[in-house]
Order: sequence, then C-alpha cells, then structure tokens
Amino acid sequence: MSFLGVAFDGIAYGSLLFLISVGLSITLGLMNFVNLAHGAFAMFGGYCSVWLTQSWGLPFLATLPCVCLAGAGVGALSERLLYRRLYRASHLDQVLFSIGLTFMAVAAATYFWGPTQQRVELPQVLRGQIHVLGLDLGAYRAFLIALVLLISWGLTALIERTRFGAQLRAAVDNAAVSAGLGIPVQRVFCLAFALGSALAALGGALAVELLGLEPGFAFEYLVYFLLVVSVGGAGSVRGTALAAILLGLCDVAGKYYVPQLGAFILYVLMIVLLLAFPAGLRGRRA
Amino acid sequence: MRPVARGARELSLWLVPLLGFFAFPDYLVLGSQILIAGLFALSLDVCLGYAGIISLGHASFFGVGAYTAGLLAAHGWHEPLSALCASSLAAALVGLVTSFLVVDRQGLTRLMVTLGIGFSLHEAANRASSITGGTDGLSSLELSPLLGVFRFELSGKTAYVYAAVVALLSLLLVRRVADSPFGLALLGLRENAARMPALGVPVRRRLIAAYTLAAALAGIAGALSAQTTGFVGLESLGFERSAGVLIMLVLGGAGRLYGGFLGSAVFLALQHLLSERSPAFWQFWLGALVVALAFASRGGLLGGLDVLRLAVRSRSAARRAGGEA
Repeated sequence: MSFLGVAFDGIAYGSLLFLISVGLSITLGLMNFVNLAHGAFAMFGGYCSVWLTQSWGLPFLATLPCVCLAGAGVGALSERLLYRRLYRASHLDQVLFSIGLTFMAVAAATYFWGPTQQRVELPQVLRGQIHVLGLDLGAYRAFLIALVLLISWGLTALIERTRFGAQLRAAVDNAAVSAGLGIPVQRVFCLAFALGSALAALGGALAVELLGLEPGFAFEYLVYFLLVVSVGGAGSVRGTALAAILLGLCDVAGKYYVPQLGAFILYVLMIVLLLAFPAGLRGRRA
Repeated sequence: MRPVARGARELSLWLVPLLGFFAFPDYLVLGSQILIAGLFALSLDVCLGYAGIISLGHASFFGVGAYTAGLLAAHGWHEPLSALCASSLAAALVGLVTSFLVVDRQGLTRLMVTLGIGFSLHEAANRASSITGGTDGLSSLELSPLLGVFRFELSGKTAYVYAAVVALLSLLLVRRVADSPFGLALLGLRENAARMPALGVPVRRRLIAAYTLAAALAGIAGALSAQTTGFVGLESLGFERSAGVLIMLVLGGAGRLYGGFLGSAVFLALQHLLSERSPAFWQFWLGALVVALAFASRGGLLGGLDVLRLAVRSRSAARRAGGEA
C-alpha cells in the first residue's frame, strides 16, 4: 500500500471516529458529563442496523436513517430519565453510572445476539475498489468520507447558522446566564444529547463493516472516542474533527508501518497530547 | 465511640478471615480472591477515598506487581516473600513515575491520563509477548514453601492464610497512615484542594506520596494474585479490572478503610452466585447495581449502615426524651 493509500484509510477511519465522538464532545462540553456509556450508544446503532437487515430484510443503506431515529429516541429518553439527574453529581458518580449502563448494554447485547461477531451485507455499489488518479481506493471508505463530510457540513451550519445552534453555543459558554436570558436550557440539553446519540448510532452502524461488531465493542472502542474528545477539546466540533483525523491517521499509519507496536503508539500519543494540551487542541476550558 | 469499644470492634473485624477459614473450608480459593481483591480495593481507597484522585487505570499497578512476581517465579526465583516485596517496589516505582503525569492535572484530563496509562501498559504487555507470554500469559508458576515450611497445595489453605496475613498487615499500615498528620492532610485535600496550600500543606508532594503508596499496595495485591493462582494474564492489567475495583470500593464505601474488603466480599460472592446462571446475567445485574449506587451515591454499604445507625439512634433518643417528658 502506498503512502497515499495509508493516508486515505487513516482519513476514513478518522471520519468514523469523528462521527461517533462528536456527540460525546457535546455531552462533555455542554453538560460537563463524563459519559463512558457513549460507546454503548454506538453499539446500539450497530446492532439496530444488523437487526433491521437480518430480520426485516432492509437493505443496509435504508437502515441508516432508521438507526439515526432510533439513536435519537433512545438518547432523548435516557437523557430525560437518567442523565439529567446526574448533571450536578461528582465525576465519580457519573463515571460509575455510565460504566454500569455500559455493563447492562453489553450484557443485553450478549443475551440477544450472542458473543460472536456480526456482519452486515453491503450493497454492490459499496464493495470493491474505485480508481481515482491511479489509486485504488476502497469504495466503502470513500462513501464513508463523503457522508461524514456532508454531515459535518450540516452540523456546522446547524451550530453556526440556526437559532438552535446559537442557543446551544450560549448554553455551552454559560448555562446559568443563558437560562436567565430565557433560553430553554433543559430542552437544548435534551436535543443536543439526542443529536449526539443519533450520530453515535449512525457511526456505530457504519463501523460494523470497518471495525466489526460484538458485545465488547462498547468498551473496546470507548477509549478511542474519549481520546478524540479529550485531545480535541470538549465542546469544540472543529477540535474533535481535527483530533479524530489526526488519531485516525496515526493509528492506521502506526499499525501499517510498525505493526509490532500495535495500538501502543496511539495510547502514548494520547498521554503526550493530553499533557501538552490539557484543555485539548481547540478546547475552551482550562 | 470510646477507644476501647472501637478497638474491640475492629479486632472482631480482623477475626472474620479466621472465621471464614473454619466456616467455609470448601471456598478457600474464593476466600483468597476476596482478600486479594479487598487489598486491591484498599489500595485504591488510599488514592481515591483519601487523596481524592479518581483513577480509571489502577489495574496498571496490580498488573505490574503480578507480572513482576510472575516473571521472578518463571525465571527461577521461587521464594515468595522476597518476590512479594520486589513486586511491591516495582509497582511503587511505576506509581512514582506516573504520579508526576497525574497529580498536576485536574478533572477530565486527569481521568483520561490514568485511563491512557492503563491502556498503554496493557498494550505494551500484549506486544512484548516474548517476555510476558502475550495473550497466553505466564502459567504454572512454581513457588518454594512459604517461610521454608508451608507448601502451596491444591486446597488453597496456605494461599488463604498467606493472603489473609498480608492483607491484614497492609490494612494496619493504611490505618496507621490514615490516622497520621499525613492522612489528615490527604482528607483535607479531598475535601478542599484549594484551601490546603493556605494551611501550609505541600499539596503536590502529598498527592505523589499517596499515589505511590496506593501503587505499592496494588502491587502487593497483584503479586499475591500471581503467587496464589500460579498464573498471570493480560486481564490483570485490563480496563475491566480497573472498573471492577472501582465498583468494589464504591460498593463497600470509599474513604472508610474497611469499605474495600466489604465491597470485594459482596461483589465476588454475588458474582459467584449469579454467573452460575450465565455470565451475561451477572453482568447485567452488576450494571444495574452500579447505576443504583451512582444514584444513591453517598458512601456505599458502610455509608448506608451509618445512615441506618443514625436513624435508629435519633429515634431511640426521641423515645427517651418522650419518656422523660
């Protein structure tokens, strides 16, 4: 594989990481909530997609909007019933709560689908390679990058151009003053959480082909999502994107060029970046 | 409570392992696991309950201790006690080095750094398979008899007594430290880190010392685990172990000295009973328990006992006042 091929794979992987992590970045930046259950929301999306294709015979691409809706629904529901009560709790309680929730999700996934790897059937268009400028690029990865570009364009427009976006930014900067100005902070929180969960679920569904899906997914990849958010800076969409691409590139390049070190490079990079930028690359909070 | 009463009560707590030895001779292996996990939770208590540092990578030190003991045994050093000390030293050293990365950070960054250290050590052990045995781990480790007399046999009697004595000695050490000015300074840091420098407490040095002590104790727990089971695997460094010990400690009650042992006993007994049906069944109810703990918060089982005792006392006081009137 050429250098450009490695870079392409890295960017595809980074796009996926961005899609899943951006919701976590919102939760952490907006509500200052350490949500270790974010991987479970992504896993939920993955299993939703698998279930819809296997039991209902839906084509993979048609499951994606359903997965988004289901993710938003589950996100809004759990925000209303559970998360909201712990916004003011200590980090320790939040960590415990979300670890507990993840355990339950992993157990439920094992109960319904068993511990084996799940697969989704991709449409013919997304299989194989496409040829661009003399490079052989994976069609699925190209699709992934294009989709994530589209989504991040929409997300940026949503946050920077709309009324909801303005309310969201105000609430991130100062929730108390925003509430005083008549912004429905609670509703903004709930919507933002639902949006983040929807994107995580979508990312989880798209990840099945690339990362595989088994009940351990929720814990195994959690560290990557946390890493992206803490390196990028909680609450910053651009920072999250930057960190996701950076880490995607480093991980793929590291595993390709120095396979004997595996993910070790990534974890060390994480520690170094965290020590150098305690508030993240684009963080607002010191 | 009067000191004598406190002494008698604590003494009776220390006798519980002895009772377990005679009451459940068929469950000594589980008993040793409980004692070792309790010691591990106690080490986290020094870090979390007293110094207030939340660690998501505490298994790092357990694993370093376990691998040190395992490697020593695998390479011909069969004497258990000296290996235990060496393991503790190795873990303390790793704790000291990593403490510099941890204590200067706050909140989320600190949490992520401890997580990152845990994952990088796990991955390092996974990759250095020529030394650590990789995913197979180090198995059938042999030890010479304890003190030259007691052999480690299949029934696990020696292992149980060994774990119990080491756990008790460690508990006494932590108890002594917690009652010292150093321990009080740690409690002050946990309650209000901003105010302690004004009292002349060298915050950074205290936190480093607490973190290193926690690591040394976790290393002892890891070494005990390696020596009593004769096996060290990658899971001794894994995130699930870090999460598990956190749950045990909070379940029992953090910052209360005995919380770790109570939590590990309840946790492992439940695990033993519930995973007979299926591991997923146990995992689900464990998750539910932890969610409930987070919502109830405030001090775990020991904290709950305190609340109960206060309620009973205030009711009886009210009754007495009513009788006098």
